[in-house]
Amino acid sequence: MTMNPPLPERAAQVSDAIAASSTEPGAPPKSMWRLGLQVFLANRLAIVGLVVVVLFLLFCFVGPFVHHTEQLRTDLAQANQPPGAAHILGTDDVGYDEFGRLMVGGQSSLEIGIAAAVMATLVGTLWGAIAGYLGGFVDAVMMRVVDTLLAIPGLFLLLLLVAIFTPSTGLLIVVIAFGAWLTPARLVRGETLSLRTREYVQAAKMMGGGNRRAILKHITPNAIGTIVVNATFQVADAILIVAALSFLGLGVPPPHADWGNMLSDGTAFTQNGYWWMILPPGLAIVLVVVAFNFLGDALRDAFEVRLRRR
Amino acid sequence: MITYLVRRVLQSVLVVVLVSLVTFTLLHLLPGGPARAILGPRATQSQLQQFVVQNNYDKPLFVQFGLWFNGLLHGNLGYSYKLNENVSSLIVDRLPKTLVLMALSIVVALIIAIPLGVYQARKRNTVGDYLLTGFSFVFYAMPSFLLALLLIILFSFDLPWFSPEAPQSDSLTAILADGKALVLPVATLALITIAAFSRYTRSSVMENLTQDYVRTAAANGAADGRIIVVHVMRNAMIPVVTLLGLSLPALFAGALIVESVFNYPGMGFLFWQEAVVRDYPVLLGVTLVVAVATVVGSLLADIAYAALDPRVKYT
Repeated sequence: MTMNPPLPERAAQVSDAIAASSTEPGAPPKSMWRLGLQVFLANRLAIVGLVVVVLFLLFCFVGPFVHHTEQLRTDLAQANQPPGAAHILGTDDVGYDEFGRLMVGGQSSLEIGIAAAVMATLVGTLWGAIAGYLGGFVDAVMMRVVDTLLAIPGLFLLLLLVAIFTPSTGLLIVVIAFGAWLTPARLVRGETLSLRTREYVQAAKMMGGGNRRAILKHITPNAIGTIVVNATFQVADAILIVAALSFLGLGVPPPHADWGNMLSDGTAFTQNGYWWMILPPGLAIVLVVVAFNFLGDALRDAFEVRLRRR
Repeated sequence: MITYLVRRVLQSVLVVVLVSLVTFTLLHLLPGGPARAILGPRATQSQLQQFVVQNNYDKPLFVQFGLWFNGLLHGNLGYSYKLNENVSSLIVDRLPKTLVLMALSIVVALIIAIPLGVYQARKRNTVGDYLLTGFSFVFYAMPSFLLALLLIILFSFDLPWFSPEAPQSDSLTAILADGKALVLPVATLALITIAAFSRYTRSSVMENLTQDYVRTAAANGAADGRIIVVHVMRNAMIPVVTLLGLSLPALFAGALIVESVFNYPGMGFLFWQEAVVRDYPVLLGVTLVVAVATVVGSLLADIAYAALDPRVKYT
């Protein structure tokens, strides 16, 4: 998804936002962050994305306190009920309330997705910054590691790892992060190659600052745009991957639910027309992933403005 | 150009060797060591011992790697005790089926995505363009298994047009002959690919439309259609070649899921089945083969790119 170019209609919005913010004479100059925020807020899709993400977070993490459902004991007498007064979205094949399960399942999907993205971003950023900053032999070795792991299609590597180490929530986070840190590593390395030649980095070096200081205090903060934008896309990707692993029966282990294994449970009943077991979790995945992609696109525009004004 | 090619090939060879090193490392990370993991919990001590000696697991690690890598070069990918078959012959049997599925989907995807992208580039920022952009966002975010399920519900159960199951034959020709059963798997894989391809074509065509040669052609009186087909497409399609190479890992992953949903007898389906029962030799062998295919694929894409675009000077 990072290959999508910024849309032209958005570029027009961006320049409008800049024009609106810079034409008042005598007004105090606006900070880069303020300017970025303005562009972000001027983007309607970004607001939609943000609202959807917040709504889903509330739905999954606060929802269970408001809408109590039994998600531990099965109730076979109530199995396969279509949506109705007692169960808003019906029940699944062992009698769990689908609406409540959507909340609980969403917790796993979002937790794993976000945690894996954060972990991948942290590791990838450090790896890329160190490789790019040190350069030479270290860089060559570190980037060949990245190339090698990138050559193995992600899903195969993940399934292999999950088959070797029995999956648990924690392990899934680590495994998904392990497959995902390569992209931020590459991006940050690219950025670092240009940042390390900047005057302020050179100055910090002259004044006796060590490598660690340069990387943590000067390089990484200045690559923050790339890092944050990529992290947002990483969340979307990670949510899709968890769902795929769970769908294949090698993700979140039962009795825990997540959107992927809810869908996989529903698959058995496609022929019976039990749509309420398939559409809600499917729609939830698509909505959240689209929302994170919108956010990522908008953040990219916002950070681009900061760079352009420099 | 020659230096570039040589360097690129050497790089690929290095990556392939490193990938095999990763696989080798994973083999030794198997729970309880390779012998226990492959022979299973009921193997006796003497069976384990025999397995260790037979597979050189008692030798120093680097010697093991050398012997193992030498085996790879001779097509020895290990033995599946669960399926009682050589991993390499399993792969030789299954890989072509996966490649056929992928190739068909790529062709279908390109046939649809390129005209769509061109249309969007020419009619940019119109309702049609927005609508198609919206669709590609949704398809981009849609898990392939959900799409597969929806297609099965719609076109197999609600409208009984196609089979919900892929062709089940062992022979490739029989699979290809059963076109009706291939429709849904190919459609699923193609649809998730179209989103990215059409976005890419759209931006590539748009970029080319601003070039001087387009203005020159227009000034010479060339019709719009001719400018697009004769002038712009030739240049705009070059980056799509790179995209094909880059999307190979995603296509393999997509094939795995599509094959699993539709019971298509390809390598991805094999991988999934053996992942569930933890048949490690098959998992490691297939991972290695898929990685090598990816490396070779992107190498070919790079070479094609260099050959197609004379503007690019490599040193």
